[in-house]
Amino acid sequence: MSYINSIGKYFGMLRYVFSRPERLKVYHTRTFNEIEIIGLNSIGIVAILSVFIGAVISMQTAANMTSPLLPKYTIGYITRSSTILEFSPTIISLILAGKVGSNIASEIGTMKVTEQIDALEIMGVNSLSFLILPKTIAAMFFFPFLIIFSMGLSLVGGYVAVTATGLSSHEEYVFGIRSFFLVSDITYALFKTVCFAFIIVTVSSFFGYYTKGGALDVGKSSTQAVVWSSICILLTNFILTQLILL
Amino acid sequence: MIEVKNVNKSFGDNHVLKDFNAAFEPGRVNLIIGQSGSGKSVLTKCIVGLMEIDGGQILFDGNDFSKMNRLERKEIRKEIGMLFQGSALFDSLTVEENIMFPLTMFTKMSNKEMLDRANFCLDRVNLEGRNKLYPAECSGGMQKRIAIARAIAMNPKYLFCDEPNSGLDPSTSIVIDNLIKEITYEYNMTTIVITHDMNSVIEIGDSIVFVYGGRSWWYGNKEDIIKTDNPEINDFVYASQFMKNLKNKLKQEGM
Repeated sequence: MSYINSIGKYFGMLRYVFSRPERLKVYHTRTFNEIEIIGLNSIGIVAILSVFIGAVISMQTAANMTSPLLPKYTIGYITRSSTILEFSPTIISLILAGKVGSNIASEIGTMKVTEQIDALEIMGVNSLSFLILPKTIAAMFFFPFLIIFSMGLSLVGGYVAVTATGLSSHEEYVFGIRSFFLVSDITYALFKTVCFAFIIVTVSSFFGYYTKGGALDVGKSSTQAVVWSSICILLTNFILTQLILL
Repeated sequence: MIEVKNVNKSFGDNHVLKDFNAAFEPGRVNLIIGQSGSGKSVLTKCIVGLMEIDGGQILFDGNDFSKMNRLERKEIRKEIGMLFQGSALFDSLTVEENIMFPLTMFTKMSNKEMLDRANFCLDRVNLEGRNKLYPAECSGGMQKRIAIARAIAMNPKYLFCDEPNSGLDPSTSIVIDNLIKEITYEYNMTTIVITHDMNSVIEIGDSIVFVYGGRSWWYGNKEDIIKTDNPEINDFVYASQFMKNLKNKLKQEGM
């Protein structure tokens, strides 16, 4: 029953988040600030993860290609497909749910328990919209760029790993990543990313905003935000894959 | 003027406010006093709309706040300044930005005008030149004064102060009390202060409501509270042995 209540409360929250902002100029400035906090500050971790996971995917593929009938360019092809379809949009979004989601939940949760949100409400500010809308727009706008960046770096990571270890040649790897390429795969990946960005910000904000108690409860909210954002991402990924790819 | 008429508020089986009645007049410091858990903070949250009441009326200059829609409430709230127990300053903003925040959101003032207003408010609370500090760099007393400066930035008609002296030393408490009293008289605001600090009661209590068991148990002013024979209020005011001795001494001297 409490889950149903929470789902209802979440959608009730969204109604206020997307209501008309009080002062567009302030929201505009806040959105750019959030792009920096949520997006630009995540470039480092996305870069490191992408390079190493791209490298591991290509080496794992090479290591499992025991049949001599399989052409070597398959390594590049599989690295590209795994990266574009799943690794970059889904795994990076799960990582961002941890990094960005916990940050959002703890920030809003702390504001809640220190009465800063009450102060906003008393002033007549729609605190839900003021706090969550700029974060949501920033994430939905910037995460696709992060994911494109991740896709590129994963392919580079894969390239460096297989050419440096002699598992594939430059020509075979490049031929592989260019083979059977569909633009719709990128569209699908970016569409998923936008959905995941929305989930990460709104679910984390929900847990932060409805925090009750003190510092310990802010920590609990932060953990719940990451857990539920991740679960929602996985569920949405499953549904979108079923709807779009199959 | 703010009037509270027959207000009820429950949390499950816990009936916190029971047919609560009170009237808070402009240009006076109206105190709400009572023991911890008596319903003072709940009452304030109900008055400003942070909590919904179960029954009764809350009137702001005759307009029933509890029946207003979100937009109408928003308009009333622009006329409310509130000083929270923990100050509730925005951590990520400087002192100046905190004070300018409501102006940025709700006025069409230029940056220069907002800055002038922020400086005026800071001067008013004797914190001139502290514009660029962050709340974390300020002491508890300074934070309270910054919160007062933010609360008066929009020239509010109503000022709410939730335990303004909690966590402050006696001399800083007096500074805060005097500041609240001065700005109330200066701007003819309807000020409501929640407190259980007896120094504040004696210093600034133009009008006092004693909350007991969720009801408005007693009304009066700072002179009345010393003389009253109401047993519940005497238990509250003269809780310590020192205060009991003081009362006996005053009685013996015929005061």
